[in-house]
Amino acid sequence: MEPQVVIARRIAKELSNGMLVNLGIGIPTLVANHLPAGMHVFFQSENGLIGTGSPPEEGMTHPALTDAGGRPVTALPGASTFDSAMSFGLIRGGHVDLTVLGGLQVDQEGHLANWVIPGKMVPGMGGAMDLVTGAKRVIAAMQHTAKGAAKLVKKCKLPITSLRKIDMVVTELAVISFRSGRATLLETAPGVTTAQVVAATEAELVIPDKVAVMAL
Amino acid sequence: MQTVSLEQSVAMIPDGASLMIGGFMAVGTPERLIDEIVRQNKRHLTVIANDTAVPGRGIGKLIAAKLAKKAVVSHIGLNPETQRQMLAGELEVELVPQGTLIESIRAGGYGLGGVLTPTGLGTPVEEGKQKVEVKGKTYLLEPALRADFALVQAFLADYLGNLSYALTARNFNPVIAMAGDTVIVSADNIVPTGVISPDHVMTPAPVVDYLVSNS
Repeated sequence: MEPQVVIARRIAKELSNGMLVNLGIGIPTLVANHLPAGMHVFFQSENGLIGTGSPPEEGMTHPALTDAGGRPVTALPGASTFDSAMSFGLIRGGHVDLTVLGGLQVDQEGHLANWVIPGKMVPGMGGAMDLVTGAKRVIAAMQHTAKGAAKLVKKCKLPITSLRKIDMVVTELAVISFRSGRATLLETAPGVTTAQVVAATEAELVIPDKVAVMAL
Repeated sequence: MQTVSLEQSVAMIPDGASLMIGGFMAVGTPERLIDEIVRQNKRHLTVIANDTAVPGRGIGKLIAAKLAKKAVVSHIGLNPETQRQMLAGELEVELVPQGTLIESIRAGGYGLGGVLTPTGLGTPVEEGKQKVEVKGKTYLLEPALRADFALVQAFLADYLGNLSYALTARNFNPVIAMAGDTVIVSADNIVPTGVISPDHVMTPAPVVDYLVSNS
């Protein structure tokens, strides 16, 4: 299974009926493809839509119905649209149950860095800082390492996105929770050992007696 | 509210003006106002908007024509030309978290001095800004934003200037309509007064100064 599919499928298990969920671009977007059949989740696009659906069939796009990346989407029955002030009121005001965002680095206390690589990549933070600061629950979806370098680090070298600590990181190797205030290994992917996770991680991990295998 | 031609509407904008422009990745951006600004070669503009779109669309056209001296935006990641001009020192870019940007504009339009937000604390966004403690929680004080002009794209405008917006083209438009000293509106459709029912008016007519005619 492709690393991003492992990550998306595992995160999809965190969704439940009726939740309001905001998915970032990249791997997080894939989570919507793995929603269990029959489950109804409200997906928010921060450009002003709740009820974001999959891209329309060719020839059926509407120029004023797009996601936060400007790509054509559909609006599911029960969708609503609103201006950007309300969209970020939903986000900052704690009305969004879960946001899933990509990550460049996560430190062992749960700080996420995902918006800038000074001098290299300066895209702007867009909605990321508000999402991490305001959503009820924050999950980072990212590959465990980048070009062999650990992304789960002792302390973020990149500028962090928010002082608010995230709840969980899901990678193709492991599920790591920050609920206790320290990076705790909850699950490993099928066929991956705890030792392999530790070797690919710079952050100090709390390893409980029992580490579950990721259910996919 | 006064109806003006496209040419007249942009002729009102002096060089060096600050412009709030609606749109999110060019969706809901008044393209024909942008094209006319480029045609009339308005220079040294300060642009306050969500993003600078992509090259060749929306605000991307202003950037490509080098008409902006400053951009106050949340995202430039999809416009390499904005990044190039920023790194070359040709364009000043102030990056603002999207929720802070829209709420600062809302505050500007609603007669408030600023916004207290937790967003940006502990990040480079807090540099040089005042922190305020309320009930034991710390917030950044973000001053309200206004502009000389708001350039708004509506879906429907009636003869009086009542506006409604379509789907995700609403985004910044109704918010900037409150925060521009002069509000210029371009609409997909101009309809007789009464066609937009009172409950569906999203920007009330008295807020609008100029409606750009179709011709």
